[in-house]
Amino acid sequence: MTAADTVLNVSHLSLSSSVQKNLVSDVSFSIAPGECLGLVGESGSGKTITLRSILGILPPGIVLTGGSIEKHGSCAMIFQNPVSALDPLCPVVSQLVEVIRCHQKMSRESALVQADELLRMLDLPVSLERLDRYPGQLSGGQCQRIMIAIALACRPDLLLCDEPTTALDVTVQKQIIAVLRNLQHTLEFSMLFVTHNLAVASALCTSLCVMKQGTVVEKGDTKSVLSRPQTEYTKLLIRSVLPVPECGKEE
Amino acid sequence: MTLKRLLKTPSLLAGTVMLLLLVCAAFLAPYISPYDYTRQDLFAVLQPPSAVHLMGTDQLGRDVCTRLLYAARTDLKVMVLAEIVPFCTGIFLGMLAGYYGKWVDTVITFFTDIFIAFPFYLTVIIIAFVTGSGEHGIYITFMLVGWIVFAKVVKGLSSALCSEEWIAACKTIGLPGYRIIWGHLFVNVLPQAVIVLMTDMVSLLVTVVTLGFLGIGIAPPVPDWGTMISDGKTFIATSWWLSVMPGCAVVYTGIALSLIGDGLADIWRGK
Repeated sequence: MTAADTVLNVSHLSLSSSVQKNLVSDVSFSIAPGECLGLVGESGSGKTITLRSILGILPPGIVLTGGSIEKHGSCAMIFQNPVSALDPLCPVVSQLVEVIRCHQKMSRESALVQADELLRMLDLPVSLERLDRYPGQLSGGQCQRIMIAIALACRPDLLLCDEPTTALDVTVQKQIIAVLRNLQHTLEFSMLFVTHNLAVASALCTSLCVMKQGTVVEKGDTKSVLSRPQTEYTKLLIRSVLPVPECGKEE
Repeated sequence: MTLKRLLKTPSLLAGTVMLLLLVCAAFLAPYISPYDYTRQDLFAVLQPPSAVHLMGTDQLGRDVCTRLLYAARTDLKVMVLAEIVPFCTGIFLGMLAGYYGKWVDTVITFFTDIFIAFPFYLTVIIIAFVTGSGEHGIYITFMLVGWIVFAKVVKGLSSALCSEEWIAACKTIGLPGYRIIWGHLFVNVLPQAVIVLMTDMVSLLVTVVTLGFLGIGIAPPVPDWGTMISDGKTFIATSWWLSVMPGCAVVYTGIALSLIGDGLADIWRGK
């Protein structure tokens, strides 16, 4: 695959902090247009800081020590905890409108119309169109939808998702995944999806990248990784997905 | 809705009412008081409080109550005017230091450390010597050193906020720095800054009064609580009202402002 037909090309990325060398070492992957790559692994395996390094919002003290990140196109990000990812003292619709106006120079009125469309696209209640709703007054799922709307308002070529469903309860999780999948189909952006939940990753991603202790241990398209895992670690991850007990079916 | 909140917070309500009463009385002083604040009546010197002179008269026979109200005009005016510039610069520099960090923070912290070492009263005395005593000495000194408290508080608050996820989110969305600072950071630090402003105003008032007492503050014949206390100290044994009345006025204003600060803090903490 050449650099021209990828939206993101991460090669030999290494990240270190003063306390711990090699938080992430020699991580490489690339994402083609329309592709959805899942970055899976346990907590502390370096998924999130890999993702953050792509946008240059590494926490203080962590630096890039090697490798390169090439982006071809615009990026937007969705965060793990949607409530803390929105300005608590600014009405949510205003935040959305601000982003729309920042990316496309237009009047407040036409930005409001566009915000309206985005809200409807994400099945958000009409009451939000009143301009006085603050993040604290919405549920986690609603805040996450607002976050997605804000990310989409940037018209991204690549959407980075940092465990966007972890802080939500299971039913909302399912809805958000459905929303993301539909949007990806209609708007055709690429996605990099960080999660520790293999079930979520397999529902969304076309290919997977398994990380352990800062390195990539296995890479491939979702089906083959799940059906023929090559490493013990991947097998362990697959085994740790809790099966739903099926009622009425005895072994 | 704002009014409802105000009514529900007793300290804020009490403070606002107290301050409003004082401000109204100061504004309406020429209409409330039958006397002129400079009019001397040498036949009625050092009279104790009575129905004719509510707070008595001073050694020149001037009505203390009238002078107290006119002094409120001066002191409240100086208190507000002297705070405007430090409040704005302090918040601005604090947000810059907190948001950008690194060298911006180093430079601003360097200047805060320099100015924090200035002995306040000494600076006022020097400036009063250079420019002559009066209001402007207070304004200049406060412009020099008054911003530090705001800069420090706002910087701490901003850097704490900047490590929160929503600021990172604003950055990833592609909002430029000035929009994050003015559109989002400012709104989030303002409540705390206003609470600091209230306490700082109390200490500024005490400073103005102290300077008046020392004779390098507001210049006579403009009445000021500090000079009134100072003038009265010669007669403190026989005519207590000369010093006690303006002293009470200072305490009253201080309590009003503190109550407002407390009330606002309660409201914003609850939110």
